[in-house]
Amino acid sequence: MTSTVGTVLVLGGLLAAAFGAVVGIEGGLRHRAGALKIVLGAVTAFLICMVGANLTMVYALITHDFSVHYVSQVGSRATPLVYTIVSLWSALEGSILFWGAILSVYVFGFARAHRSDPPTNPLLALGTMLAVGVFFAFLIAGPANPFGRVDPVPADGPGPNPLLQNHVLMVVHPPMLYLGYVGMVVPFGIAVAALLRGQLGDAWMAVLRRWTLIPWTFLSVGIVLGSWWAYAVLGWGGYWAWDPVENASFLPWLTATAFLHSAMVQERRHTLKLWTLSLSLGSFLLTILGTFMTRSGVFNSVHSFTQSEIGPTFLVFLGVVLVVSIVLIAVRGPLLVPEGALGGVASRETAILVNNLLFAALTFTVLLGTVFPLVREAFSGVRISVGAPYFNRMALPLGVAILFLMGVGPSLPWGRASPETLQRQFLIPAAVGVAVVVVCVLAGLRGALALLTFGFAGFVAVVTLREMALPIRVRMREQRESLLQATWRSATRSRRRFGGYVVHAGVVMVFVAIAASQSYVVHTTATLTPGQRFQLGSYTVQLSGLRNGVDPHRRWTAAEVDVTDGKGRHTLLAPRMNFYERSTDPIGSPAVRSAPFEDLYLTLLAFDAATPSASFNAWIFPMVSWIWWSLPLFVFGALFAAWPERRRARAEAAERLAVPGKARSPGAAA
Amino acid sequence: MNPTTRNRLIALGALLIAGAGLAYVAFGNIGQNLVFYWTPGEMLAQGSKAYGPTIRLGGVVQPGSLQWDAAHTHLTFRVADGPQPGAPSVVVQSRETPPQMFRERIGVVVEGTFDKSQTFTSSRLMVNHSNEYRPPKPGDGPDKWKTTVSAPTAEAR
Repeated sequence: MTSTVGTVLVLGGLLAAAFGAVVGIEGGLRHRAGALKIVLGAVTAFLICMVGANLTMVYALITHDFSVHYVSQVGSRATPLVYTIVSLWSALEGSILFWGAILSVYVFGFARAHRSDPPTNPLLALGTMLAVGVFFAFLIAGPANPFGRVDPVPADGPGPNPLLQNHVLMVVHPPMLYLGYVGMVVPFGIAVAALLRGQLGDAWMAVLRRWTLIPWTFLSVGIVLGSWWAYAVLGWGGYWAWDPVENASFLPWLTATAFLHSAMVQERRHTLKLWTLSLSLGSFLLTILGTFMTRSGVFNSVHSFTQSEIGPTFLVFLGVVLVVSIVLIAVRGPLLVPEGALGGVASRETAILVNNLLFAALTFTVLLGTVFPLVREAFSGVRISVGAPYFNRMALPLGVAILFLMGVGPSLPWGRASPETLQRQFLIPAAVGVAVVVVCVLAGLRGALALLTFGFAGFVAVVTLREMALPIRVRMREQRESLLQATWRSATRSRRRFGGYVVHAGVVMVFVAIAASQSYVVHTTATLTPGQRFQLGSYTVQLSGLRNGVDPHRRWTAAEVDVTDGKGRHTLLAPRMNFYERSTDPIGSPAVRSAPFEDLYLTLLAFDAATPSASFNAWIFPMVSWIWWSLPLFVFGALFAAWPERRRARAEAAERLAVPGKARSPGAAA
Repeated sequence: MNPTTRNRLIALGALLIAGAGLAYVAFGNIGQNLVFYWTPGEMLAQGSKAYGPTIRLGGVVQPGSLQWDAAHTHLTFRVADGPQPGAPSVVVQSRETPPQMFRERIGVVVEGTFDKSQTFTSSRLMVNHSNEYRPPKPGDGPDKWKTTVSAPTAEAR
């Protein structure tokens, strides 16, 4: 029964998307205003079908209906309820189904927001997005059908992959990544609409910008949470391994970030239109490539290619999107003539142009390193991978150069800068940057790249704070406003500027944290019997004993240790090893003692219950938690920038009645 | 040629040169940082080409080959293509504490380098993960399921 309902809903979604795509694109090309109403109906039907299919699957998971193929794969009566629901996206078919639901929500949201706009652009954009919807609905109905029937019905299932039921972050971080991935469909649709029409007005550009910022925010949060998950759960002692799965989420983030910057040039100088649109198309292509890489299993081995039914379908779709994008750019691109010109060499637009080139170079090197093994294996049959040293050597210098530009760009005016301006703008920040390096060297820190990063970070931090503080000071002096009032008004009058600088501050934190935790990490391994201890940095770690425990879905053994830090403070930690009934391998849970400036990270490598003894891997990561603490800045900055401008009038009216308190900060909840 | 066209050509030329330079450096770096996935048999067949580069050696821990030194810090064992006797095998040295699942006959992936002395020096020792579900036979206790030897094809992470 559940199978049938699910299948019918997916087929309904396929029909609605196909119908809406045809009507939308045809109606848009012929400027039929009446078509919008029909497309809006199709969008609503698509939403109901896709969300309905997902709810059906959740229902099947909760009721342990093992006659449904997907439930028999990932369901288990022993799994706690929350992980049962989460297993919707813990395996291939379910995650594609979830993709479809998010896609339908995005398309619906876009349709609602633009239903009263002049109809041509929304028609073309919605038609394009629904065409993407056709592909995913087809995938769910065919090659990746989760609703297939299982006969005979098993009494119980294996449960989701144990790694996925080990930590609460697993509940949060995949949906964030999906929201980021899938959301790139919307800018893709908008860009295709602009190319099909052969014109890109300022209003439509603003729409494109806002709808890129939304998935960009989710993607940023997803990437940071993903690295946090890798750190807190996987226990290999790190947060980023340049793994294909990680790179897949990083690549579209790079192009989307480049887009957000080049969009400013396009807005101010009315040039770089085609380049900006290409970045939108590229971001979507990279999300499809990323989904293909992570979902078709090519990265376990290219040889499973023929067995995976979803791989070829995805490749065909990728090819179609690539060809459509290139043809659109080649044929319709020349219609987008630049109406302005770039300014001088020392200008903000030049800085952003260089920033875009660096982002493009970074995307190229990461993409090359990620795809190279696939291509090489496909042609020569040799199995290889590209080691992390390649990525570190190529990407880190580019990243540091981008960090430097984060200080240069905001200091330069649009157009042309005079030598006096340059001197005035750069003297203090540069001096602070040099001072930071000197202090670090005096404190005994070494390593050129890390010191360079700290110096640039100091430089960028001063520039960012100055750019945020300057308009506030002007308001306080000229309008005689209080500090709070001036901050609130200058922030809300130019939301994107203020939000952008908040995000920049977050990026500086991440850079500093990465440089510190990579360059000054300390590592050791040790085997202890109860009462024995080992020393790492200023910490003394003493084993108290082993303890066993049973949870509903697993057994575990924990090594209880007493950690004493340099100041004599004690902390009890218990790195564990979990045994899941249906898994051949134990899954470790690291234990972390987190302090503002360093983390002590312990994993239980092996234990012997008879002796008893326990072997540990231990690391000290300086400042690593700053990476996760940058999250509120990312979320707050992006939301502040994306907040619809038209509400400003209302907000200002309200402001006159009530004294403005603190800014609504949704970031605080994240 | 008017100045705009000339500027554009210069910009295009500069971009092409920068792009070519980047591609050259990137491919060079890739070449130096490749990690090869070989079984002991495949690696030995490479001859002297296998001395030097980083290798992920995948295979099975040969029964009876596990040896600890006196202080229990230095581990030596042989990794073979398969559990059958006579399969091609290589001596591996490791200073790392092996993971909990490590034992004879289990699938392992050892990352490290191979040298002329025909010894593989391990910098990282991983036990094969298998997320595949194998239904337990009737009467099997929970511990029995965990001893299923995982397939040596899946790569450890």
